[in-house]
Amino acid sequence: MKLLTHNMLTSHVKGVTKGYPLIIKATEVKVNELEFNSQFVSRMIPKLEWGALIQAAEWLGQSQDLPSTLIPDYEKDEEFLRKVHRILLEVEVIEGSLQCPESGREFPISKGVPNMLLNEGE
Amino acid sequence: MALHCGRACRQYLLHLAHDNVDFRLPEIKALLSLRDRPFDTSETFNEKSPFWQLNGLSEDDIRSVMSRTVCGKSAFELWGHGTTTDELKMSLLEYPAEKMAPYLQKNSTYKINVYTFNKTLVFKDRIEKIDALDFLPFKGTVNLKDPEHIFCLLEDYGSDPYDIPEEPFHMYFGRWIADGQRELIRSYSVKKRHFIGNTSMDAGLSFFMANHAKVKADDLVYDPFVGTGSLLVACSRFGAYVCGTDIDYNTIHGVGKASRKNQKWRGPDENIRANLRQYGTESLYVDVMVSDASKTVWRKNAQFDAIVTDPPYGIRESTRRTGSHKDIIRPTEDFSGESHVPVSMAYHLSDIFADLLNFAALHLVLGGRLVYWLPIYRPEYCEEMVPLHPCLTLISNCEQTLSSHTSRRLLTMEKTKEPEDSDGLAHLADPRFTLYQGHNSFREKYFCGLTKKNGKDSKASPGNKD
Repeated sequence: MKLLTHNMLTSHVKGVTKGYPLIIKATEVKVNELEFNSQFVSRMIPKLEWGALIQAAEWLGQSQDLPSTLIPDYEKDEEFLRKVHRILLEVEVIEGSLQCPESGREFPISKGVPNMLLNEGE
Repeated sequence: MALHCGRACRQYLLHLAHDNVDFRLPEIKALLSLRDRPFDTSETFNEKSPFWQLNGLSEDDIRSVMSRTVCGKSAFELWGHGTTTDELKMSLLEYPAEKMAPYLQKNSTYKINVYTFNKTLVFKDRIEKIDALDFLPFKGTVNLKDPEHIFCLLEDYGSDPYDIPEEPFHMYFGRWIADGQRELIRSYSVKKRHFIGNTSMDAGLSFFMANHAKVKADDLVYDPFVGTGSLLVACSRFGAYVCGTDIDYNTIHGVGKASRKNQKWRGPDENIRANLRQYGTESLYVDVMVSDASKTVWRKNAQFDAIVTDPPYGIRESTRRTGSHKDIIRPTEDFSGESHVPVSMAYHLSDIFADLLNFAALHLVLGGRLVYWLPIYRPEYCEEMVPLHPCLTLISNCEQTLSSHTSRRLLTMEKTKEPEDSDGLAHLADPRFTLYQGHNSFREKYFCGLTKKNGKDSKASPGNKD
């Protein structure tokens, strides 16, 4: 699971009102080098929940010294965009789980794939 | 037949493949709109014809369309056309000499092809037709192997193979510009794909869907019924980042029984990511997840540029969602062979489409497109059955016939309005959806018509796969 995906996920456990962001409990993290795409990163940044992204990167020890609030004029700052590219697309949680911050329900991640299915009644 | 107009309004001729005829116009229109160009054609335009004239475009527009189309075979700069040889000659003589000149230079090489639709000409006749064009001021040398310029005489002998006329109905002559992407149908064939399932989408149709959805580089595309990811493969070909979800744990993880005839179990690394890797687009793989399309896992303001999907209709893949036994109105037989923990229950088709449209209205960017298949019981189909949503505008509706009584329709909708509180539920009471309201009603009709049995048999096993 990449942090881009994590940034868009929320808990869908019944009755939960503060289900965002899901807490990441990783037991295996991998960094996959990818070709840098400044265009895509610049496009995605305004759609991100910035605080949640930085929080998630910190959980994985990958925060890259990125600021907790988004800088202005980020489109022109290649170094900044490269760091965002890295945490959005290159860092991957292979094994672990996602935990609903309110109900404590855990969703397992195995072989990089989160299983978001709920049991009956949840 | 006059073609004399300014440089800006050259005419182009598109030669289209004669299959999936319904899907062609929406594709070409979508590809033109990616460049903010309208579809402007001749007064005599016939959608079913293999030859379309396009006006008001530049050569770059045409090249861009041809770089993506799977229905377009070739495109030509149209120099002249007519219904008889004389008319063609007149038309060609009216074409400005200065527009021809750059391609007829003395030191250039060229060749002339003859293409006939619905008729095969013998070699001698072809040569005669080429010789008859000698009134054009060709100054270069003929080179059949590697010419700088290729010209083509295209003749249309109608579409009835049992009544082929002596002379063509229409003739066109032009300079070849580019070929389309028909080759992708072969090179992306599911026969050669690493990871496939029972219902993997045909390569050609997947590309049609990506084109109808106007998928482009750096888009984020989502498939909520991702299966083996055929649609993601097609979308990533055009540079989009892709993600998908599916309720089937085994499919997402690529474990369990193989869909290939000579293979019993799926091998290691049979998954969607490996499929993208096979075609060199792994860098555009975002994620896939095991998730239930009826219970969205995305935060409220998560946005996708396009949603491209093939929902299950309960024929070859079952329609399932997670839920409690209490919710099941008609108790179902055991779901043998399903490995995941949550109880799955039948997912009514009407609910699938209601959920999908509501989801698209909420999670598409404004102007983003939803492209999906709707199964149709043909004897009962009418246009009013197409699900609508106040925030989504229907762009196209193309039929692919599956049998004498069933078909599926590829629907393309564009988000034209942000949803307000009242929009989400409005259509749930819509009578259109009642057609699929029954428990797997399409499945019943499908098998009812197919086997001439009554629907009771198929009711008993809603969860089976083939």
